[in-house]
Amino acid sequence: MATQPLCVCEHCDAVYRRRALARREIARCLRCGAELYRDQRYDLNAMLALTLAALIVFVIANVYPIVRIEVQGVASEATLWGAIMATWNSGVGVVAALAAATVFFFPLGQIALFLHVLPALRRGRVPVHFSDAMHALRLVQPWSMVEVFLLGALVSVVKLAGLAEVIPGIGLWAFGILTLLLTTLTGFDLRRLWEIADGARR
Amino acid sequence: MSARGGVVEARDLGVLGCHACGLVSRDIGADHSHCPRCRASLHRREPASISRTWALLLAAALLYIPANLLPIMKTATLFDSHADTILSGVVVLWRSGSIDLAIIVFVASIVVPIFKIAVLALLLITAQRGSDWRRPERAKLYRMIEFIGHWSMLDVFVVALLAALVHFQSVARVDAGPGAMAFGAVVVLTMLASLSFDPRLTWDSPKAPRND
Ligand SMILES: [Zn+2]
Ligand SMILES: [Zn+2]
Repeated sequence: MATQPLCVCEHCDAVYRRRALARREIARCLRCGAELYRDQRYDLNAMLALTLAALIVFVIANVYPIVRIEVQGVASEATLWGAIMATWNSGVGVVAALAAATVFFFPLGQIALFLHVLPALRRGRVPVHFSDAMHALRLVQPWSMVEVFLLGALVSVVKLAGLAEVIPGIGLWAFGILTLLLTTLTGFDLRRLWEIADGARR
Repeated sequence: MSARGGVVEARDLGVLGCHACGLVSRDIGADHSHCPRCRASLHRREPASISRTWALLLAAALLYIPANLLPIMKTATLFDSHADTILSGVVVLWRSGSIDLAIIVFVASIVVPIFKIAVLALLLITAQRGSDWRRPERAKLYRMIEFIGHWSMLDVFVVALLAALVHFQSVARVDAGPGAMAFGAVVVLTMLASLSFDPRLTWDSPKAPRND
């Protein structure tokens, strides 16, 4: 499974010889404890299916309202873009831009980059601009904050519960599922995709 | 070849590990080498990591003051209007009986940023001295702040959603305040700071030759 005999710990520079792992085993650095590599069932089909599911759920999460509140017969609902526009209209454009980037553009970028890379690898080919796409993917991942936004939505629901009638919307459920899907996708070790691409080049 | 405590480092072997793709390649001794597989630049140690991290960290610590003093949210109703800072928002939650929620927001918005700034300062000072004090624990702390960093955005998202939801003409209205801007900047700066810190420095002794 390992195409490379050596492995360097990213966190402390220790060098190890790679070995085959048992099912679900994680190889950790003996010195600093950081994860070196893990046994992952690298089924590209499953990854592609997860990515497509993430794309569909992403659309649903953005189209349907996250929360709806009613106060004395007057209703109001919020979507992600409603929240972004509301901060923009409050005069804090930086916050609007930050929310748009971390909850909309970076997660969407992550999905789009996987959709670019995976189908070609599945067919045993190296996609065009493969290394640019992989670098972009690695840079985008730490800045994707869908899970924090989900917790924020839950906090907002509880905060308003005493003041108005609060109805969680389809968007809230969709953000919950999107969080699970993106967490799974982010959990894949991108270095394994490089090894698969190496195999395709040969 | 000098091995430290049974551990062989990449530079002892004359190899470099690529952070982007994991490839281990021969260190040709050039100042600017690139990974033969993915073209990412390779460094024995990240150049100027300490000074860059200090700069980002100090900027974050400075902005943390307005982030806490300026209102993060403004509420206007028919009867009154008031502004909330992060801390006063937590107090309101606590008094209204949502104690669990108050704790979540307090931890995410107050504890996490302070903890992150303090840990990074500790990592920087010990790395600068080449200290061998509690290295495994320091390594663990670094991985921890990498993992928790972005949760501080919680309150910013709450304010954004409340502003979108509560706008009933003149009856009630919520707006985001300038504190949210400063706070968002603190989160981004501390994340950039932890990304620019090279954790390998934690394991370097002062006598070991540096590649800066
Ligand atoms: Zn290590
Ligand atoms: Zn590389």
